[in-house]
Amino acid sequence: MVDITPADGIPPAEVAEVELYHPHSWWTKYVFSQDAKVIAIQYSATATGIGLVALVLSWLMRLQLGFPGTFDFITPEAYYQFITMHGMIMVIYLLTALFLGGFGNYLIPLMVGARDMVFPYVNMLSYWIYLLAVLVLVSSFFAPGGPTGAGWTLYPPQAIMSGTPGGQDWGIILMLSSLILFIIGFTMGGLNYVVTVLQGRTRGMTMMRLPLTVWGIFTATVMALLAFPALFVASVMMLLDRVLGTSFFMPAISEMGEQLPHNGGSPILFQHLFWFFGHPEVYIVALPAFGIVSDLISTHARKNIFGYRMMVWAIVGIGALSFVVWAHHMYVSGMHPYFGFFFATTTLIIAIPTAIKVYNWVLTLWRGDIHLTIPMLFALAFIVTFVNGGLTGLFLGNVVVDVPLSDTMFVVAHFHMVMGVAPILVVFGAIYHWYPKATGRMLNETLGRFHFWVTFLGAYLIFFPMHYLGLMGVPRRYAELTDMTIMTESAHHLNSFISIMAFIVGFAQMVFLFNLIWSIRHGREAGGNPWRATTLEWQTPQTPPAHGNFGKDLPIVYRWAYDYSVPGAKEDFIPQNMPGSFGPSREPA
Amino acid sequence: MSVILVFLLVIAGFAGWWLSHQRLMTKPWLEQGLASDFVGFDRSALPTAKIGLGVFLAVVGCLFALFTSAYFMRMAVSDWQPLPLPGLLWLNTGVLVLSSVALQCAVVAARKRQIDMVRLGLATAGLTALAFLIGQLIAWRQLTEDGYLLSSNPANSFFYLITGMHGLHILGGLVGLGRTTAGAWNGARPERLRLSVELCAMYWHFLLFVWLAIFALLAGWAATFIDICRQLLT
Repeated sequence: MVDITPADGIPPAEVAEVELYHPHSWWTKYVFSQDAKVIAIQYSATATGIGLVALVLSWLMRLQLGFPGTFDFITPEAYYQFITMHGMIMVIYLLTALFLGGFGNYLIPLMVGARDMVFPYVNMLSYWIYLLAVLVLVSSFFAPGGPTGAGWTLYPPQAIMSGTPGGQDWGIILMLSSLILFIIGFTMGGLNYVVTVLQGRTRGMTMMRLPLTVWGIFTATVMALLAFPALFVASVMMLLDRVLGTSFFMPAISEMGEQLPHNGGSPILFQHLFWFFGHPEVYIVALPAFGIVSDLISTHARKNIFGYRMMVWAIVGIGALSFVVWAHHMYVSGMHPYFGFFFATTTLIIAIPTAIKVYNWVLTLWRGDIHLTIPMLFALAFIVTFVNGGLTGLFLGNVVVDVPLSDTMFVVAHFHMVMGVAPILVVFGAIYHWYPKATGRMLNETLGRFHFWVTFLGAYLIFFPMHYLGLMGVPRRYAELTDMTIMTESAHHLNSFISIMAFIVGFAQMVFLFNLIWSIRHGREAGGNPWRATTLEWQTPQTPPAHGNFGKDLPIVYRWAYDYSVPGAKEDFIPQNMPGSFGPSREPA
Repeated sequence: MSVILVFLLVIAGFAGWWLSHQRLMTKPWLEQGLASDFVGFDRSALPTAKIGLGVFLAVVGCLFALFTSAYFMRMAVSDWQPLPLPGLLWLNTGVLVLSSVALQCAVVAARKRQIDMVRLGLATAGLTALAFLIGQLIAWRQLTEDGYLLSSNPANSFFYLITGMHGLHILGGLVGLGRTTAGAWNGARPERLRLSVELCAMYWHFLLFVWLAIFALLAGWAATFIDICRQLLT
């Protein structure tokens, strides 16, 4: 292909300069900031804060499971509350907020070559509503009766009955209100991420030149915008059932010999709405991870991504397919067998684009110049973990295999591997990768390697044995299993072992947090482009990027994001904004 | 869940149409340079705010499609007793149509830069929209006085829930309309005013469409229509 740049001078940019909002005081610069980078850090810090709460809750759960009866303060009610809050926080308030609110805000404008998001004011509101949602959620810990203990799926009728912790107290009301707020806030942010990718791209940045990170976040945001309304509808209707006594979900039911006012409601309707959100949610978390990991692998293996087009198609295909698989979470709800057959088929079809992505990552590594940096270690760990969790997904996607495994520890092991550990590994990899851009300093290498090995191996030691427990028939959601015949002595030992590993892995996260804070001042100076990467965020004139990102002129993009080790080029990477044409391989075949 | 799936199919159609214009078949690794022939693929010529509003309306549409899906699923349970719709709703519908028409007039006037007509259109649209909301509240009052309480039957619950949601969206729109109207009186730049008026009109037409759809749904015509379709298919 020939170089089609006009040799003398570049025609004037056709991208109109946006009117940037310039902060006037400390408050508007760092607190009520409209700068996407500041909002990103606010989102990340809040998500990390609430994530620590979820981490502590998981410790408490493991204390109970590993050493049943030892800790008096963990009553069965408290255990249910820990389970519920841990799940809800991790899935929504941590992972969704971190990937889209955190990485989305930081990376989209920088990677597409924009000065900021297209609607900065709405973007700021998005964060503050998110913070409010988090505060409402946290307040339920201090409400009378404590937080809800309905399980993260909040299935009615039990979620709003007095037998469930928080069911007839404040817990469930605060939970649902918090979700409604979160969705409103997210919609504001999501509009920004989507429209910035559509309209904010700099000159020459076609969709097919976008880094896969942007493709992943973009598609995930579109999905989230269409999936979260289902949770919104379910939350509003359940809130009415609980507060005003309607019967959307509540069937005729009596409680302690007393007939409740509800009549005829359909709990299955809630399950449909919930999972219509819940399944796309898995990919809302996974797609940004897919995108980020593609960029990490390509950069740290100094090789172009294998099958870029296929990667884009796979992201879009997974996004579309994930809306027609929701009922595979409901195989045991008594659905029509043909219905189950349909959903099993669509579920297994998703394995195809997903497998394409895995093959492409592996083929990108093939004969690459692999640098085992910390981001690369996390990316490799992600591939392994994701394949592992994905394979057990094939088990659970089949109706006949799912029915006996349903509600066992096998399911817990599966979804923690595939949407807990795998995306979190990418989050860590991404933080080690982009921290130098956000702060100007590298994270400490020794602490980082310690963090990686303990987290990666530890997570396997936690979740791998759980598969065996599940196959033995150990159920999930039980606070105490001491007297059950399936709980042999070895199963008890295994549970204790898992708990001890959970403490060790949790401790490693404290080391990571320490590293994050310590390195802001004491880390090694990173320079503008420590990984010698091609994408636009590494080409900013200042590090960390200043307000407006790109100095006086916006960059102009001349090539795709993966020009690594191009034959004939002076260096082993060519930034996207470098003009000129390189490499004998460019000749059309 | 068929309603929401049909809705998503429409969205997927849009997405597919847009994607088909993004040259998904190119080999970006072979194309270097600032492709002048790419310019058309860079971004839409539409104002960014309109695209933003379009995306938002898709989300709102999704919300109401989900309510409709839930409505049909809950309707199938035997305790469902449809409630008689107050005749006032017809009047309200007329008022909302008037509101949309007034905004459309404001758009035409804004394009011709007739600021007085813009002001008139905006004020009429705002007042009629307020009248619509008051009318809806009166309709609610009538129903509760006749004993159709929120929690006495799921049909009632859905009626209050869906009309309430729609009313809240109108209320939110009134904030935007209020800002635009204030701008029209305080001498906003003509291009900027025109864009704001167009955005308001877009939102208003959409909410009118949503109202007509949910009116048909609550009156039971939508269910009849779907039954006819089903019979035709089988």
